[in-house]
Amino acid sequence: MLLNIKEPIEESFQIIGGNFTQAGEASTRLKHALFELGVDEKIIRRITIATFEAEMNVIIYAAAGRLHYYITPDSITVKVDDMGPGIENIELAMQEGYSTAPDWVRELGWGAGMGLPNMKKNADIFKIDSVVGEGTTVEMVINFP
Amino acid sequence: MKLKDIVNELSLEVESFKDGLQSNVTGAYVSDLLSDVMANSKEGNIWITLQTHINIVAVASLKVIKGIIIVSNRPVPEETLKKAEEEKITIMTTPLPAFEIAGKIYRMLEDSKQ
Repeated sequence: MLLNIKEPIEESFQIIGGNFTQAGEASTRLKHALFELGVDEKIIRRITIATFEAEMNVIIYAAAGRLHYYITPDSITVKVDDMGPGIENIELAMQEGYSTAPDWVRELGWGAGMGLPNMKKNADIFKIDSVVGEGTTVEMVINFP
Repeated sequence: MKLKDIVNELSLEVESFKDGLQSNVTGAYVSDLLSDVMANSKEGNIWITLQTHINIVAVASLKVIKGIIIVSNRPVPEETLKKAEEEKITIMTTPLPAFEIAGKIYRMLEDSKQ
């Protein structure tokens, strides 16, 4: 289903590291925008899960980050880049259950090593790039069927 | 089954969004890992957990989970309840641990199918 939009729709959000109270704000805004565009609910759910996980990673690990979404008639691209510690071994980080989260984060029910795998599972295209000491960039594309 | 049937039968305390008691419950999901709930819970589920911090509301809202049952009498922070009220999520509490409350709800849902 092609979306009936004349121009691409995009928006950016600042995410502050450690601000758990803000978690989910960008995903919720995006969810409402997609509902208004009439996107299929199953697709909305995939997009919001992937986006929320990406938001959480910035909040848990980075000093700050930016989330940007870009909606065209046939797909959405969500790009999240952060000023975080970077990921030393991406292959390991992509393994379900692997996490470097500290105990206090795990006590909140995060840091179970499911974030990146959840993003990959829900995205049609998933790209991750990271430089240790500089930060991480995640780009996800989800097609509207 | 309506959420209010479960609340009445199991004497749950309703802590936020009482209007949500009219919503339909199709099943439940028990987990304290938020990513697990995001990955595996289903719309119409109620969520049974010991987590009480504010992020449970965002997870429930994104997954269209109408009700959260907090187990073992854990106190729910005011900011969580306030957010739940805004997002129209019904938070309930019980003195029972997760295993017991889940068992009782499972039986109620199974009985209602017959």
